[in-house]
Amino acid sequence: MFEIIKTKQTIGFMKFANPATWLSLILVILSVVTLSINWLNWGLDFTGGTLIEVGFEQPANLENVRTTLADAEFPDAVVQHFGSSHEVMVRLAPREGVKGQVIGNQVLDALTNADFGNVDMRRIEFVGPNVGDELAENGGIAIIIALVCIMLYVSMRFEWRLAMGSVLALAHDIIITLGIFSLFQIEFDLTVLAALLAVVGYSLNDTIVVFDRIRENFRLLASDTPSDIVDKSLTQTLSRTIITSGTTILTLVSLFVVGGELIHGFATALLIGIFVGTYSSIYVASALAIKLGISRDHMIPEVVEKEGADQDAIM
Amino acid sequence: MLNKYPLWKYLLLGFIVLFTLVYAAPNLYGEDPAVQVSATRGAKVELSTLDKVQDILKQTNISPKSTILEDGQILVRLTSSEDQLLASEAIRANIGDGFVTALNLAAATPGWLEAIGGGPLKLGLDLRGGVHFLMEVDMDEAISKEQDQLVQDLRSELREQKIRYRGIEKASTQTGVIVRFTSQDILDDAVDYLKPLNPGYSFAEKETGGTFYLTVSMTDEKLKSAKNDALEQNLGILRNRVNELGVAEPLVQRQGEDRIVVELPGIQDTARAKEILGATATLEFHAVDSDTDVSDALAGRIPASSALYKERDGLPVVVKKKIILTGNHIVDAQSGADEYGRAQVNISLDSQGGSKMSRFTKDNIGKPMATLFIEYLPTGKKKANGKAETEKRIEVANVATIQAQLGRSFRITGLDNTAEAHNLALLLRAGALTAPIQIVEERTIGPSLGQQNIDNGMKAMIYGLLAVVIFMLIYYRKFGVVANAALILNLVMIVGFMSLIPGATLTLPGIAGIVLTIGMAVDANVLIFERIREELKAGKSVQRSINEGYSNALSTIADANITTFITAVILFAVGTGPVKGFAVTLAIGILTSMFTSIFGTRAIVNAVWGGRNDIKKLSI
Repeated sequence: MFEIIKTKQTIGFMKFANPATWLSLILVILSVVTLSINWLNWGLDFTGGTLIEVGFEQPANLENVRTTLADAEFPDAVVQHFGSSHEVMVRLAPREGVKGQVIGNQVLDALTNADFGNVDMRRIEFVGPNVGDELAENGGIAIIIALVCIMLYVSMRFEWRLAMGSVLALAHDIIITLGIFSLFQIEFDLTVLAALLAVVGYSLNDTIVVFDRIRENFRLLASDTPSDIVDKSLTQTLSRTIITSGTTILTLVSLFVVGGELIHGFATALLIGIFVGTYSSIYVASALAIKLGISRDHMIPEVVEKEGADQDAIM
Repeated sequence: MLNKYPLWKYLLLGFIVLFTLVYAAPNLYGEDPAVQVSATRGAKVELSTLDKVQDILKQTNISPKSTILEDGQILVRLTSSEDQLLASEAIRANIGDGFVTALNLAAATPGWLEAIGGGPLKLGLDLRGGVHFLMEVDMDEAISKEQDQLVQDLRSELREQKIRYRGIEKASTQTGVIVRFTSQDILDDAVDYLKPLNPGYSFAEKETGGTFYLTVSMTDEKLKSAKNDALEQNLGILRNRVNELGVAEPLVQRQGEDRIVVELPGIQDTARAKEILGATATLEFHAVDSDTDVSDALAGRIPASSALYKERDGLPVVVKKKIILTGNHIVDAQSGADEYGRAQVNISLDSQGGSKMSRFTKDNIGKPMATLFIEYLPTGKKKANGKAETEKRIEVANVATIQAQLGRSFRITGLDNTAEAHNLALLLRAGALTAPIQIVEERTIGPSLGQQNIDNGMKAMIYGLLAVVIFMLIYYRKFGVVANAALILNLVMIVGFMSLIPGATLTLPGIAGIVLTIGMAVDANVLIFERIREELKAGKSVQRSINEGYSNALSTIADANITTFITAVILFAVGTGPVKGFAVTLAIGILTSMFTSIFGTRAIVNAVWGGRNDIKKLSI
């Protein structure tokens, strides 16, 4: 049998609960600090404005593109390579009094008429200013609704202390992922928002697996302390945690490397989120549940039997 | 004990696998390059049109795969994209007016698959290229127009009944009109008369300093229906305009209270599309006020009933405010040339518009009439309610002398060139909007980027799948083979369901969702297999370990997946476009992966290992 974790002994995860709590606290505070200073590098979806992506036959000289655009009365254009030296992305802030939707075509015309050879229009995006505000608002609301729904479900299926632990762990994951996006000023667009919600789903998946084992062990091992039980549960689920994170990371790395520029932010957010989420399901969710005083009595009375235990298994 | 499934479970599994295989199958057949011919307003695609298309193709020496007439459209399937371009050009040049041709990719799904509702995955715009517009209807303006209409209606109703009022004007509240009277008796008469004539309005009375005020305002219901009407009208008009553009499979859809989504797959010339869709122009016919001197008007001495506008070249014209006719009475408009070869537009009106025009022109032959072209341009500023502010720009498009009593059809001459006439006719034909509309979001994906997105996505999927498959093989050996079979079945099922569900489109984030699902779907099997290993280590028999491994992991898997499913549903509810696509694939992936990794693997495990008591070791 090929095993990642071979230990027969229980790993003393909770010995490090206090330092881990400090680490998490520091990371969260640092994230909040960088978010309050730099905020996020909002993508076009949120800021509004115009974005034009074009492909050139030869590697494009950005300086020339900038000059061409400045001559065409777009001196404020942000010009950068996108993916390869043949592709150029031009971004323009929303403008007063000009129809935003014509800017894209004007820029395209300016580049086509200049001496760059064949210019291939790859993408034009225009987002009105208030649409972006709404998106940001809806995105925030979506994450909050998701957290509330999850909290309700986990309280119903488990116990409020565990629900609290899992939701705080999720908040922790989201804040730290946002913090890293803020620190490195990685562009935050709609797909990153979607990735954040996927992180919520994934990280929760991890937490639930651990909690399920904790609940089971509370029932089986009457004499152990909560801390021992959490340690045992974490040890038992550790190889699963590592394998699943591993396979997910494998696919995400593949997405990050060959998935193309448009999906980079998405893959980055998920990669960060899965690292943080794996850590947090051990040290934030479980440790918090212990700190909130989880005990055997909380696990026994309500949950009488496992779902499906009384019926002939379909599987 | 033994682990055995009854026959019906295998039959059920077999049926579901076959079902999804069949519906995933159309994706293997690819797509034919095709040319689609449809009719614009006034024309109709008939069998004779089909004959004509076939003749044109014969003359240009193109042999199509098939030509069929279906749903009022002709679809010509071709063998190569070179043929497609040639055919499209030939048809466009020879088919005549009233028809538009569009390039399309038609699914090459065999007939029997199509007959049972099979078809390939629908690709989002980010994968197939095209334009996405989000448009917003200016509701304030729509309501303001309702108010104007109400002022006119009340005025004529009171006059008809000879009820004397002192004044009538729009209320500042945006939803009502205030009528002033000199006595309570007259006001009562007015209320008695007006109330039954104006359902949907509420009446409020007030008296200050000897003046009696009657406020007629829209009820909430009326307000709601007025807004709804404005949106619906815009929807209808946009649909017509989109048809004019000749796009294969366009989408025009309402989103929320005041927005419309327009998706035009495969469109390359976005500038023209925007000009036609985005031009929020209305047309109004007004009488020219010849009694007021233009220089007086320029100096600000202008009667309250008139206004000063300018022609395109800056020439001022004094125009009466009263609208003879608005553009929504226009039925058809065609550009052409008059007898001197100058550009002109021929206009036909509906009967109501015709009688209005006829009534007005009867008494005004020889007098000038102005055609006002009203555009709504976004100022870039926002209103207090967060909506984008639009600026009304009125231009006198044309002043023509009424030559005769006009009826339901007449013409506007004196346009600059044929291109302008053509565009004006197109706008008029598509009807004029009662409420202005503007593009608040646009996403154009070029065809090369679309293909590149597909290629990148497929590459990421294949590499990710390979990595996971190899890992599972090394780690779980024979059980890894079982898990891998489930994983691949899972992929087939996702594709099958996505192809089957009408609203599901595959987008780039959707592909990312599938790639992510590949990584996460093995989780259920990892949970089960780890559990089986644990049971084996605890000294239980092979069969007992398999059974308990599955049953103990079940509730964990269910809990973990339900919570992820919740996030997918929320994502679907608040997301738009590509993100919705991600949510759909994520949700479908969760359901199918639970099915394949629990039910599917158990079926294989039971069949291979479950029926034997002689096994002492498992390859896990």
